[in-house]
Amino acid sequence: MAAVIPDQSHDHPHGPSGLMRWITTTNHKDIGTMYLIFSFIMFLAGGVMALAIRAELFQPGLQVVAPEFFNQLTSLHGLVMVFGAIMPAFVGFANWQIPLMIGASDMAFARMNNWSFWLLPPAAILLIGSFFVPGGATGAGWTLYPPLSIQMGMGMDMAIFAIHIMGVSSIMGAINIVVTILNMRAPGMTMMKLPLFCWTWLITAYLLIAVMPVLAGAVTMLLTDRHFGTSFFNAAGGGDPVLYQHVFWFFGHPEVYILILPAFGIISQIIPTFARKPLFGYASMVYATASIAVLSFIVWAHHMFTTGMPVTGQLFFMYATMLIAVPTGVKVFNWVATMWRGSMSFESPMLWATGFIFVFTMGGFTGLICAIAPIDIQIHDTYYVVAHFHYVMVAGSLFALFGGAYYWLPKWTGRMPDERIGKLHFWCSMVSFNITFFPLHFLGLAGMPRRVPDYALQFADFNAIATVGAFGFGLSQLIFLWVIVKAARGEGQPAAARAWENADGLEWTVPSPAPHHTFEEAPVVR
Amino acid sequence: MNPSLDKYFVPEPSKYPIFGSIALLLFGAGAVMWLNEVGPGPIVFFLGIAVLIYMLFGWFGQVVRESEGGKYGKRVDASFRWSMGWFIFSEVMFFAAFFGALFYIRVLSVPWLASGDNEALLWQGFTGNWPTAGPTAAETFTPMGAWGIPALNTLILLTSGATLTWAHHGLIKGRRDQLRNGLLMTILLGLTFLGFQIYEYFHAYADLNLRLTTGIYGSTFFMLTGFHGLHVTIGAIMLTVMFFRVQAGHFRPDHHFAFEATAWYWHFVDVVWLILFVVVYWL
Repeated sequence: MAAVIPDQSHDHPHGPSGLMRWITTTNHKDIGTMYLIFSFIMFLAGGVMALAIRAELFQPGLQVVAPEFFNQLTSLHGLVMVFGAIMPAFVGFANWQIPLMIGASDMAFARMNNWSFWLLPPAAILLIGSFFVPGGATGAGWTLYPPLSIQMGMGMDMAIFAIHIMGVSSIMGAINIVVTILNMRAPGMTMMKLPLFCWTWLITAYLLIAVMPVLAGAVTMLLTDRHFGTSFFNAAGGGDPVLYQHVFWFFGHPEVYILILPAFGIISQIIPTFARKPLFGYASMVYATASIAVLSFIVWAHHMFTTGMPVTGQLFFMYATMLIAVPTGVKVFNWVATMWRGSMSFESPMLWATGFIFVFTMGGFTGLICAIAPIDIQIHDTYYVVAHFHYVMVAGSLFALFGGAYYWLPKWTGRMPDERIGKLHFWCSMVSFNITFFPLHFLGLAGMPRRVPDYALQFADFNAIATVGAFGFGLSQLIFLWVIVKAARGEGQPAAARAWENADGLEWTVPSPAPHHTFEEAPVVR
Repeated sequence: MNPSLDKYFVPEPSKYPIFGSIALLLFGAGAVMWLNEVGPGPIVFFLGIAVLIYMLFGWFGQVVRESEGGKYGKRVDASFRWSMGWFIFSEVMFFAAFFGALFYIRVLSVPWLASGDNEALLWQGFTGNWPTAGPTAAETFTPMGAWGIPALNTLILLTSGATLTWAHHGLIKGRRDQLRNGLLMTILLGLTFLGFQIYEYFHAYADLNLRLTTGIYGSTFFMLTGFHGLHVTIGAIMLTVMFFRVQAGHFRPDHHFAFEATAWYWHFVDVVWLILFVVVYWL
C-alpha cells in the first residue's frame, strides 16, 4: 500500500521524566511497552507456578508441595496466564501496532489507555498477594466453580476483586481499541484495507466488551453467596451450582477466542511477509474471524457435557461447536495457500508462524475431538483436556506472540533480533513444548484426572517425560529474554524502516525505532 | 466548533489514572479485609472511595475544561459517541448475566429441583412453584407485588425520560429555561424513584419477611433491583452534574455530547427497568 508520509518532527517525549513519565504517560508506545513488560513478568510468574506443578507430578506420591498448595498453584497458574500474561500481551501489541498500522497519531482515548494499563498492577497485587494471606490463594481452579469457591478463605475474595479490576481494565482497553479502529483510520484506509491484525483485534475487542461484564456478574454472585447469604449457587435455597458454570462459560468460551483471534491476526501479518505473496483470501479471513466470534456465543455448554444437561442440549452444543472448525479451517487453509509457491525464507518470525500452524492445528483437532459429547464424557477433566488447551493457548496464542515479538522487535527497538539466538529459542521451545504436552494426551486417554497432585503408578513414565519437557520449555524462555534485552540495549544489526524485505503496511513506513510521535499528520492511503 | 481542529486531540501526561488505580486497589483490598474481618477494612475501603471521588472530580473536571476550551474537534466527538455506545453495550451484558440467571432458575433449574430423582430422593414435597425460597426454606415470605409502588415507579421513570427529552429539545433550540426546568424535573423524578425504592426495601424487610437471604427469590429480586437502583443513582449523579454545568453556562446547541451521553444512559436505565418490571415484579 502506498502512503504519503509527512515529516516526523519532535521525537522526544515531553512531560515528566523518570518513573513519573511511565506513570503519567499518554503515549501509546510507552503504554504498549509497559503492557508487554508486565505480561512477560506475569508469564514468568505463571511459569514458575507451572514448574512447581510439574515438579510435584514428576513422580507419583506427594513430594514437593502440599495438596492444598498444589490446588492453589493450578488455580493461580490459570488465572495469571490468562488474565496476566496472554491478554495483556495482546493488548500491548494492539497499543504499539494499531495506531502505527492505521496511520493514527495515538489511541482514541490516551488518558484512559494509561488507566487500562495501570489497573493491572493492582489486580496482580491482589491475585499474587492472595498466596500470602491466611488460607492462601483460591484453590477452586481458574474457573472458580462453586460450591468449592464458596468455601475458600479470603484469598478467594482477593481473586474476585482482582477479576473485577481486570474486567474494568479490559472493557476500557477494548472500547479504546474499537473506537481507535473505527474512528482514527488514515484517509483512504477503508475497512477492507485494514491490516488483518487490526481486524482480528476489532472483533476481539467486541468480544471483550460483550463478555467481561458477564464474568463480573458471575463473580459478583459468588461474592454475595459467600458473604451476604444469597442462594444463587445453593440448591437448598433454590439456586443451582450449575448456573455458575453456565454464566462463567458464557464468558469463558468467547474468552478463548479473545486469546486466539489476535494470534490469528499476527500470523496473518507474518506469513505474507516471508512468503513474499499477499495474503490469500483476505476477505474470507475477515468473514471467518467474524463467524468465529458469532459462533463463540452459542457453544459454551460444551465445557459442561458431564453436568447432566438434557441430551438435546448436548447435541446442540456439540454440533454448534463442530461448526467452528469450518471458519478455523478457512484460516489454516488460507495461511497454507499464502505459502503455496511463495518465495519463502525462514527468519525467526516465520519459524514461529509456521510452527504455530503446525501445533495449533493439532490443538484444533483435539478440540474437535473434545467437542464430541460421547467422547468428551470419557475425557472430561482428564489430562487430555489439559493437553488440548495447552496446544491452543501455548502453541497457539503464545507462539504467535513470540512470532509477533520477533516480527515487530525492529520497529520497537531499532535493532534486528539476533537470528542465531532467535532460532535457538524457537527450536528449544518447539521441541520441549511437544515433549511436555504430547504425552498428556496419552495420560488423559488412559484416564488420569487433572488438578490432582498424586496419581496411579501406571501414569509415572509419561509424567516424568512431561516434567522434563516443562523445565526445558521454561528455561528456553530465558533465551527469549536474552534476545529482547540485546535488542533493547541497542546491540545487533540496526533495522531499516522496512525491517523485513517484503513487509507491507504503514508501520514499515516510519523509521525504526518508531519515533515517540508518529502520524501526527495522517498519511494518505491509496 | 473550531474548524482548524483537524488534528486529533491527544492529552498531555496525566496524574489521574494512577490515582484511579490506587483507589481501586484500596477499595478491593479494603473490601476483602472488611468482609473477612481482618485489619482496618472499613478505613481502607472508604479511603479507596475518597481517592476515587478525588480522581473522578479531577479527571472529569479536566475533560470538561478541555471540552469547553474547544480542544475537541468533530473526530473526538465521534470517539465519545462510539465509546458511550459501547460502554452501554457492556452494561447491557452485565444486566444480561443477572437476567440470564433469573431465566435459568425460573425456567430450568427450579422445575428440575422439584421433579424426578431430586424430588423423590432429596427434596420430597418440594413443588417448585415460583416464587420460591428453595426446598429448605423454613419461613414463609410474601413476594413483592407489581401494582403498587413498582407500577408507580414505572410511570415515574417513563415520565423522567420524557422530561429529559423535553430538556434536550430546549438545549438544541437555545431555550435555556426549558433545559434547566426539564433537567431539574428529571432529577427530582429520579430521586423520587430512588426514595420509593428504598421505602420498598424497608417494606420488604419489615412487613413481607423478604430479605436478600430469602432463598433464590430474595437473591434474584435484590440483586436485579439493587443493581438497577445503583445505576439509577449513577444516572442521577450524572444528571446533577449536567444541571450544574448548565447553570455554569456550559453546552451549546451544536456541542453538548456530555448531556446526550447522560440522556442515553438514563434511557438505558429506563429500558432495564421496564424489563425488570415485567419479569421480576409482574410475571
